Amino acid sequence: MSRIGKIARRTFLFGSVAVAGGVAFGVYAVRKPHDNPLKAKLAAGAATFNPWVLIDSTKITLITPHADKGQGVVSSQAALIAEELDVEFGQFETSFGQPSPAYWNTAMAEEAVPFRATDNGFAAETMRDVMGGVMKLLGFQGTGGSTTIPDSFEKLRRAGAIARETLKLAASQETGVPVEQLTTANGTVLLPDGTALPYTALAATAATLDPVGDVTLRAPDTWRMIGKPMQRLDIVAKSTGTQTYGVDVDLPGMVHATVCTNPRRSALNSFDASAALKMRGITDVVEVTNGLAVLADNTWRAMQAMQAIEFDWAAAPYPPEQDGHWTALEASFTEEARDNTWVDNGDVETALTGDLIEAEYRSPYVAHAPLEPLNAIVLVEDAHVTVWTGHQFPRQLQVEVAKITGHDADQVVLHNQYIGGSFGHRLEFEHVKQAAEIANRRRGTPVKLTYSREEDFLQDFPRHISIGRGRGKIENGQITAIDLQMAAPSVIASQTGRIGLSVPGPDSQIAAGAWNNPYTLPAFRMRAYRAPELAPTSSWRSVGAPGAGFVFDTFLDEMIHAAGADPMAERIRLMDNQIARAVIETVAEMSDWGAPLAPNQGKGVAFVESFGVPVAEVVQVTATDQGIRIDNVWAALDAGTVVDPINYENLVQGGIVFGLGHALNCEITYADGRAEQENYHAHEAMRIHQCPVIEVKALENQSKIRGLGEPPVPPAAPALGNAIFAATGQRIREMPLNRHIDFV
Amino acid sequence: MKFTVNGTEQNVDVEDDMPLLWVLREELGITGPKYGCGIAQCGACTVHLDGVAVRSCQVPASSLDGSAVTTIEGLGTPESLHAVQAAWVQHQVAQCGYCQSGQIMQAASLLETNPAPTDEDIDFVMAGNLCRCGTYPRIRAAIHSAAKALNKG
Repeated sequence: MSRIGKIARRTFLFGSVAVAGGVAFGVYAVRKPHDNPLKAKLAAGAATFNPWVLIDSTKITLITPHADKGQGVVSSQAALIAEELDVEFGQFETSFGQPSPAYWNTAMAEEAVPFRATDNGFAAETMRDVMGGVMKLLGFQGTGGSTTIPDSFEKLRRAGAIARETLKLAASQETGVPVEQLTTANGTVLLPDGTALPYTALAATAATLDPVGDVTLRAPDTWRMIGKPMQRLDIVAKSTGTQTYGVDVDLPGMVHATVCTNPRRSALNSFDASAALKMRGITDVVEVTNGLAVLADNTWRAMQAMQAIEFDWAAAPYPPEQDGHWTALEASFTEEARDNTWVDNGDVETALTGDLIEAEYRSPYVAHAPLEPLNAIVLVEDAHVTVWTGHQFPRQLQVEVAKITGHDADQVVLHNQYIGGSFGHRLEFEHVKQAAEIANRRRGTPVKLTYSREEDFLQDFPRHISIGRGRGKIENGQITAIDLQMAAPSVIASQTGRIGLSVPGPDSQIAAGAWNNPYTLPAFRMRAYRAPELAPTSSWRSVGAPGAGFVFDTFLDEMIHAAGADPMAERIRLMDNQIARAVIETVAEMSDWGAPLAPNQGKGVAFVESFGVPVAEVVQVTATDQGIRIDNVWAALDAGTVVDPINYENLVQGGIVFGLGHALNCEITYADGRAEQENYHAHEAMRIHQCPVIEVKALENQSKIRGLGEPPVPPAAPALGNAIFAATGQRIREMPLNRHIDFV
Repeated sequence: MKFTVNGTEQNVDVEDDMPLLWVLREELGITGPKYGCGIAQCGACTVHLDGVAVRSCQVPASSLDGSAVTTIEGLGTPESLHAVQAAWVQHQVAQCGYCQSGQIMQAASLLETNPAPTDEDIDFVMAGNLCRCGTYPRIRAAIHSAAKALNKG
């Protein structure tokens, strides 16, 4: 790595606050573009105009470097290029491409600065520029933080436009017709006489030209694709069982492996694998970090043999019992452990005298548990390492694998795969490192590692636990002060620590979804406390906001009820941000808030902003003899321009199901140092019979475009809790809610 | 064991207790049915065994002799979609798609026995098929569409 890269790496802080010690790079280094990785293996006669477009005499290939774990971003990335390139779905292939600094994420800086995402002031924008420079120097390629669309929206349209204009230039050279008289459509350049020259036929000439640099993006009112319903490129494959995921990849001569590592997240003391080695199809048992791998001719045989091994594991490095985790959080509400005071408006101390409303809330560890269990294939050869897996951080994956095999990072070839769900799970590297460890001992043989579901649960890095405490004052029927405190271990420190990065400064995720609210209260203070690291944790879809958002919005609801005000009207009255206010007013109208309900029914509203997207949700429940039934959800949100209204609705509905389902019945608890939940029967989330009717409305008032993967999740749990209170009078302050009430 | 998969005769030599799921995926290379949980909690491995939807992770190889297995690949193909698959495409149900082979096989089985299911019927029969992405609203809509299409045909 270059010197500048090293300096940048030291100052680089993922996911939290920004720059330590100033900016150590010049303007030139930041402005200089990365090399186009497609040039490296370019065949004769093939043209590449930028890192996203490759055309030869037979086909058009669009590179969609963001990982697709179900959010449909292969299609949306391709659509953004195609919009300007004038190609239609069906006329091109897509590829995830190879890891490259050219695919650095231009939008991740947004969440990595300590400003509200919707704060467009000078200080916030300056810090984003600085962080963006760091990300670019590092060539930080990643999918996460709901950044794919913000990263891609302008960049990929520009890539398409550059390719289009260069192809027109090639056509002009070939035909002598001036560029101004040429147009494009359907993957062809059109001459004034109607002759259509396919892009593929122009590739050889285009390959000799410098890409046109000066392009103007088309006006939104001329868009062919953006904003209109699209048929996702993967939808037929995913409806016919023909979509290949990492777990389906099959290579000649491949051996199958599964692993079992210490469920207490520590060392392996000893083991007895003698019985396992005698079982049919088992070829070897080898040690990997903190555990064992069984190698076999079939994955099921490897899993069966693993159960025949006796292990002696070292003790957990964190409290073995769940109570110890909560105790550690309770002990963290101290000045010494204060991580940051995110907001301190008005005179909270003076206001908080006399009769106060006080409450405490808890949010549990929760597993990612995507349906495709973790898997990776690694082939180690002397000249390079080849990896087949679905991953969200391709370049860091290269680094992690190279550390094990002794190669240079750029000798690691990654065939990124479609992913069967992630929710943050595929940000982690342990499974890939284990496959590399095994394959490094079997050089020349591809090793396919597949986790059992139990291993996937036990070795997950779950969402962090948190405790929130609220104190508030009401005078004359109005809230005069709220003082909120959140204590949690730092998920960002845990996650980045595993790749050798440290995070100075506060962890924005401890209080995310709580401090960045749009309400104007006479006095509001939000303090965050950092508990010691407990069980290892990782970003879980929407990261800090589902915990802290649950605390803030539930406490606000309690305060509003205590003030005798209407939960919807009072939220609207307190909101002075016009974009946020439009969102909540929309959901009030959609849900017909205030319409009469049966005595056993109730509506709850919640509003949480995360990843720059204000989201308001109303949940309606009925208290039946069998328990709470969730009848309806209405959601309004503003993520700026809608790229594909169908995928938008699907993602928002899915996010709400995710938020509700885990609030209903999911938690990871530790006993004897290990997670007690090992499969879906113990961590079920939502099934179809519990799924409400979900109506979604997208507003487009925001000037910046935002991502949708995470923001719909956080308001779901508080809206549900608030609805249960409205229906039953029971206030639940702890997730999962089924600890306190039954659900149908 | 001799049995048919999607109409093709198969003869495999495996342990009696190897689940049908792993016979399909790793002995026969048929990967539409997915491994998700191994204990019949997610439904991603659902196939039809002699016309009935089953969790293939719970069907031991020893019980397969003489039976007929249909997987998602045998229900329809990208070129010739089954009505349920066509409805899944029309409603763009899938997100990650990993559970959808199982959802579609379960839905096709439901419509064999109940040509016009209500939402309650759908919820009852589909409750064993987990979708972590939360596509349930679209699954309901697609099943109603498929029912209409099949009843017209």
